[in-house]
Amino acid sequence: MAYALQQLINGVTLGMIYGLIAVGYTMVYGIIGMINFAHGDIFMVGAFLSMISLLGLAAFGITSVPLALALTLIFAAAIASLYGWTVERLAYRPLRGSFRLAPLISAIGMSIVLQTFVQVSQGARVKPMEALLPGGVQLMDQGGFAVQLSWMQVAIVITTLVVLAVFTWLVTRTSLGRSMRACEQDLKMAGLLGIDTDRTISLTFVIGAALAAVAGLMFLLYYGVIDFYIGFVAGVKAFTAAVLGGIGSLPGAVIGGLLIGLIEVFWSAYFSVQYKDVAAFSILVIVLIFMPTGILGRADVEKV
Amino acid sequence: MKSALRDAVLSALVALRPVPVAIAVAAVFVGRLLLLAWRGRSRAAARHANRAFAERLTQAGKYVAPLLLIVALAVPLSGDRYYLHLGILVMTYVMLGWGLNIVVGLAGLLDLGYVAFYAVGAYSYAIISTTYGLGFWTCLPIAGILAAIWGIMLGFPVLRLRGDYLAIVTLAFGEIIRIVITNWVSLTNGPNGISGIPRPTLFGLKFTPAGGPGSFSDFFHLPPSPTWRAVYLYYVILVLALLTNWVTLRLRRLPLGRAWEALREDEVACRSLGINVTVTKLTAFAIGALFGGFAGAFFATRQAFVSPESFTFIESAIVLSIVVLGGLGSQLGVALAALVMIGGFEVFRALADYRMLVFGAALVLIMVLRPRGLVAGRTPTVALGRKREISAELVAQGRG
Amino acid sequence: MADELLEVTDLTMRFGGLRAVDALSFVARRGEITAVIGPNGAGKTTVFNCITGFYRPTGGGVLLTHADGARFALQRLPGHRIARRARVARTFQNIRLFAGMTVLENLLVAQHNTLMAATGFGILAVLGLSRYPVAERQAIERAREWLDAIGLTERADDPAGALPYGAQRRLEIARAMCIDPVLLCLDEPAAGLNPRESDELNRLLLRIRADGCSILLIEHDMGVVMRISDHIIVLDHGRKISDGTPEQVRADPHVIAAYLGEGDEDEVPAEEVVA
Repeated sequence: MAYALQQLINGVTLGMIYGLIAVGYTMVYGIIGMINFAHGDIFMVGAFLSMISLLGLAAFGITSVPLALALTLIFAAAIASLYGWTVERLAYRPLRGSFRLAPLISAIGMSIVLQTFVQVSQGARVKPMEALLPGGVQLMDQGGFAVQLSWMQVAIVITTLVVLAVFTWLVTRTSLGRSMRACEQDLKMAGLLGIDTDRTISLTFVIGAALAAVAGLMFLLYYGVIDFYIGFVAGVKAFTAAVLGGIGSLPGAVIGGLLIGLIEVFWSAYFSVQYKDVAAFSILVIVLIFMPTGILGRADVEKV
Repeated sequence: MKSALRDAVLSALVALRPVPVAIAVAAVFVGRLLLLAWRGRSRAAARHANRAFAERLTQAGKYVAPLLLIVALAVPLSGDRYYLHLGILVMTYVMLGWGLNIVVGLAGLLDLGYVAFYAVGAYSYAIISTTYGLGFWTCLPIAGILAAIWGIMLGFPVLRLRGDYLAIVTLAFGEIIRIVITNWVSLTNGPNGISGIPRPTLFGLKFTPAGGPGSFSDFFHLPPSPTWRAVYLYYVILVLALLTNWVTLRLRRLPLGRAWEALREDEVACRSLGINVTVTKLTAFAIGALFGGFAGAFFATRQAFVSPESFTFIESAIVLSIVVLGGLGSQLGVALAALVMIGGFEVFRALADYRMLVFGAALVLIMVLRPRGLVAGRTPTVALGRKREISAELVAQGRG
Repeated sequence: MADELLEVTDLTMRFGGLRAVDALSFVARRGEITAVIGPNGAGKTTVFNCITGFYRPTGGGVLLTHADGARFALQRLPGHRIARRARVARTFQNIRLFAGMTVLENLLVAQHNTLMAATGFGILAVLGLSRYPVAERQAIERAREWLDAIGLTERADDPAGALPYGAQRRLEIARAMCIDPVLLCLDEPAAGLNPRESDELNRLLLRIRADGCSILLIEHDMGVVMRISDHIIVLDHGRKISDGTPEQVRADPHVIAAYLGEGDEDEVPAEEVVA
């Protein structure tokens, strides 16, 4: 019981990180129908930016942890947004309205560029960082097994929820959100009605990248180690989460993220760590067999 | 200028070292210039030029293809082992590209996990040959069939899925295979891989570098040299690749191949004409996997060593890029793309770590400049009169 | 001659709360052209999709009887079997040709199952060891007959997507005919055609009927419907409101009311239709 509760806490924390990344995938997919393969790498860049920022702030003598985290959050999100914007501008916009596979290959190319760029500029070695928020609260103790809720986990869950709340407000209550939803329904029609679709798409990438950067910061805080390859692994799982939740659906992305996080953590805890990814992918395949458009996805009714 | 500067500033912010920053700035700057130059031409003119180029290339194809074949056959004459090894590498990718072309180019099914079939082929050969002592030529069909079975097993549940759902599931299957071979230590020896995989023989003649009784050089009274093996391996992969090509070209003119292409054009219409969509997709998957498995077995015998590292997603991505860059469905295009990409990758060896950077940027650039690939357009499979090339704009890329 | 080919009984199709087709029953007889007409949104295409296996009906049955007595419960067959075994062919409201393939290739794909049977599981044909070349020649011959019938022989080697609209419509019908159907379902074949093309279409449909293939037709163009149909079924809001010969239907007050939109007691409120 205690053990399971501990896994639940860990799973939710991890799931939040996946969910944040998955939102970026699902948004871009919803609007322009492409898999943004470079998104996982934006997340990775976000993690590196966070590390650089934290080290830099420490060098400037800013030792207040909440302040440093807040500044880092803003810094990483801002710079990662620029990355997202640039990637869209260079690799995707010229291919708008092009054939289906060209943007995909372009995205893979961009992903390779970002990954290699970080690898050569930061080195291939794993970068460790000391825990910023040590300690936590002991929830219960059962037969010598203590259930820990670390401050880090609390911080991750709270930050994610706040960020998602802001994001939900942005999408449902602002005119930008309205444009985004209109573009998602029908890009051409939205353009005819006077929505600047290019700008809306750019902003979608910017918002997605900012969320990914937040996820990057969370990842850095949670695991304390990052390398240039985390983007691929987390990206694939976040995309899996987006598909699991029903691609194009924003709540679906978060639900999918949580599910993938929970599956991964529980499988590792009760069965085998090595096969945790196999478990996550297998669940994906099984879910898709019974719900071909994911959990919250719109049914893909073919008009004939 | 302004945007180049902006890009540079943000590049600098992530990099703590000056040299990569400078290179990144330069790359972005040049990229921008090219983009502007490309935009400078009017869209219509660009499209017209593109089409003219495609037509010229297709016409030239009649001469380019035989020429390429002659060059390919003549590579061993150079006697230079560097070129032989490069040739083997390029040919392996040509074969993989042709194999994947069946799935992606003809049937229009987006497969992001093609490397799984390559891995199944390689490990099948490695395990069977080291366990039962069977030779390459015996194991080759087994490896291919096992890969095809894996293709059917993979295809069966997922072919109901459409579009990018299929893409992510194939990607997931590719990863599953890699994780399983990494962790199933008792069978695959895990991350350490399998070594001592037997080399192929020619009717029982071995290609030992030092010669000796029973070896190829001994039998033909040639001076013992490691080059013989390289030459032999080169011709083996050349023959395997040409087999792939031949089967694909034959199938395209048969109902099955036509059904694949029809599926790519419109799945609903196929169903209304009584074509069993699932079975048709499965055959495409299985045949694509078969050739992937052959290529994998060849890879294992060439290296005499396999490990999970060789079967990462990036391999799938490279093969898919070759197919898309070549022009979906075009056999000549795929061969050219493999030559340009793998050969080009070798040319930039001096760049060391930056090589992948150039590679990624090149992918983006080529797609932006030629989104339909090098040889766009489709040749009809049958005609009452003269076969005329079909413009790429009319040809669909599939939704599966 | 005029025995029952297609019997639709209590066919119902629900999408969420909306009954697109509501307990519809009708009969289409062999050797006749049966037209299904009705205002926009009456559920005509839904009926077609249920008959041809693209939708699985919520309730009711669709029974097809061949001349030799073989019977097929279409609501239970998968789509490709309906075309292959029950030999029901269809066209689409938005033309669905294989745009990147030539006109001839389109017609050969339609003969897939016949040709496939001649390839010896594919393997023999790859090796060049089957009677496939003969089968292909026959298939091309058959395609050529249809090309002559629709006047597209000259354009056989052009991509289907490059044909003018009217020619695409005719090609789609010819392609459907290449599966050798007993029932041809046409979803608005005259939509977007000019009067001359409409006339050509009429002649083509009458010829198809004369060759022994029955036709089920959805059409808005009353000129086409009244001139060539033997039997008309009128739908409104998913229900049958009239059924009979063109003369009977033309005189039916329900039909007039439905088309002019007055005095219809079971009119669905607008919100419900949107839902």
